[in-house]
Amino acid sequence: MSASTSRILIIGIGNAYRHDDAAGLQVARRLKEQALSSCEVHEQVGEGTALMDLWKGAERVFVVDAVQSGAVAGAIQRFNASQQPLPAPIFRDSTHTFGLIEAVELSRALKQLPSNLVIYGIEGQNFEAGTGLSPAVLGAVNDLAEKLRQEVKVEVAFPL
Amino acid sequence: MLSRSAGKANSMKSKIIKVDYLARVEGEGGLYIKVRDNRVVDVKLKIFEPPRFFEAFLRGRNFAEVPDITARICGICPIAYQMSAVHAMEDAFGIKVNGQLRALRRLIYCGEWIESHTLHVYMLHAPDFLGYQDAIQMAKDHGSVVQRGLQLKKAGNAIVTLLGGREIHPINVRVGGFYKVPSRSELATLAERLKWARDAALETVRWAASMPFPDFEQDYLFVALRHPDEYPFNEGRLVSNRGLDIAVGEYESNFVEEQVEHSHALHSVLKQQGPYFVGPMARYNLNFDRLSPLAQEAAREAGLTSACCNPFKSIIMRSIEILYACDEALRIIAQYEPPERPAIDVPVRAASGYGCTEAPRGILYHRYRVDEQGTILDAKIVPPTSQNQRVIEQDLAQFVPKFLALPEAELGWRCEQAVRNYDPCISCATHFLKLEIDRG
Repeated sequence: MSASTSRILIIGIGNAYRHDDAAGLQVARRLKEQALSSCEVHEQVGEGTALMDLWKGAERVFVVDAVQSGAVAGAIQRFNASQQPLPAPIFRDSTHTFGLIEAVELSRALKQLPSNLVIYGIEGQNFEAGTGLSPAVLGAVNDLAEKLRQEVKVEVAFPL
Repeated sequence: MLSRSAGKANSMKSKIIKVDYLARVEGEGGLYIKVRDNRVVDVKLKIFEPPRFFEAFLRGRNFAEVPDITARICGICPIAYQMSAVHAMEDAFGIKVNGQLRALRRLIYCGEWIESHTLHVYMLHAPDFLGYQDAIQMAKDHGSVVQRGLQLKKAGNAIVTLLGGREIHPINVRVGGFYKVPSRSELATLAERLKWARDAALETVRWAASMPFPDFEQDYLFVALRHPDEYPFNEGRLVSNRGLDIAVGEYESNFVEEQVEHSHALHSVLKQQGPYFVGPMARYNLNFDRLSPLAQEAAREAGLTSACCNPFKSIIMRSIEILYACDEALRIIAQYEPPERPAIDVPVRAASGYGCTEAPRGILYHRYRVDEQGTILDAKIVPPTSQNQRVIEQDLAQFVPKFLALPEAELGWRCEQAVRNYDPCISCATHFLKLEIDRG
């Protein structure tokens, strides 16, 4: 895997076998199916060094991951990670506790954080072993995929 | 997530040291240490990550599914699970994978050791020695060092991705060999990066050796594989520094697993001898003479002899193994000729098979019994972390009394560092960390 050459990057994170944990992967899959030629779409398990490697050099990065904040299932939260640290406890742990949060903060410490890194969190309900999203999370996945498609369109038409 | 809480001392002479969630380890565990009159009277490495029941749900599955199912046990060492699984199945079916297919298995294992060891050395363990809360804080002062670690890890990822089909949970390993083997030119693309990685690994050994180490030599019972010609990955006899020398199939008649109330991971002991130590330090002590000349030279330059019994220096030995893995990977790539077929035939029969390979954290034992259709009747998996639990507790019992005068927070940190000497993988071990020191 090498650093992205695309200006716009979308990364969906999750575990496909932990029900709602797959929300980020499902958003990425929908955008891949729509073959957005203006950006790269990736699915990741959330391993931190791989994320750092992927977004190194990209200008505009959107990350989608499942969260557990206590909000209602399917709620979508938006964080501008370029401007402020993420609220660590709501993102689900990754292997060896080197996941998304650590990747963002280590990139920041190494001055490799993309200038525009937006992270969307979709509130999950069921993180037990198994496949399939909860109805509210499925709805949020469809909404966010559409929102991102629009955001990318605007971004292409009116770059920052 | 780190939340330490120190129990309030009821008297000057007793205390509780308690770490609710151990940081910088894989999975969920904690630590509880009870001290009375400056004596440690109880140490519990608590593993409360829920059991995962892999052995149970392997029953009824086809033998061919085993490498892909067991790879899911760990995101850090999936190759180890795949390798122990395929060797156990091949043992059951009476076949042996040789030549270039065997070499490719060593190569993919090199990739996993590089990835896993580099993550632990740079991101999880080095901050302890250098006095940082984590790798992020360390990166603010040691940016170029952290960058080197990230690049070095990538060299390992590149091997696993090429041979395993993808970086995490690789899918190209099968009983009998691989689904697809690389061309010479594909492997050659790894060589340049690995030459850089070998130099970076040498720097890593020097850097690790420059760290401050507490004086803590212990008398350990080391267990590792030993092969006549090679530093061990996939094959060899199980040996110890106290006379054990058995075939892998004799594992269960020599080792027993015991259930303890405070851990979801079974504790493993060597019959009549007790707790034993597996992993890089055990391999190093039992196989120094099998390291490549470059790795041996780097060890000597780092001030080590062929024996080392200070677990805090495991960071040096882990670095030496990164160097060895880069060196070995380059040797395999230079000698590679693509095999005619990616896998040998697998004659299925009703049988039992045994496999033990050297995962980054130590020996990983698998045993399967299959029927004549190759359906699994029962399975047994013993991961390295569950084997190291008792030794970790013993280390803490010895270590804490020497440092009781330290402030509570620092003592807690030192205890966590002592646990991280073993790079525990709690997710693997559950059937399996929180620190509590109880001073009364």
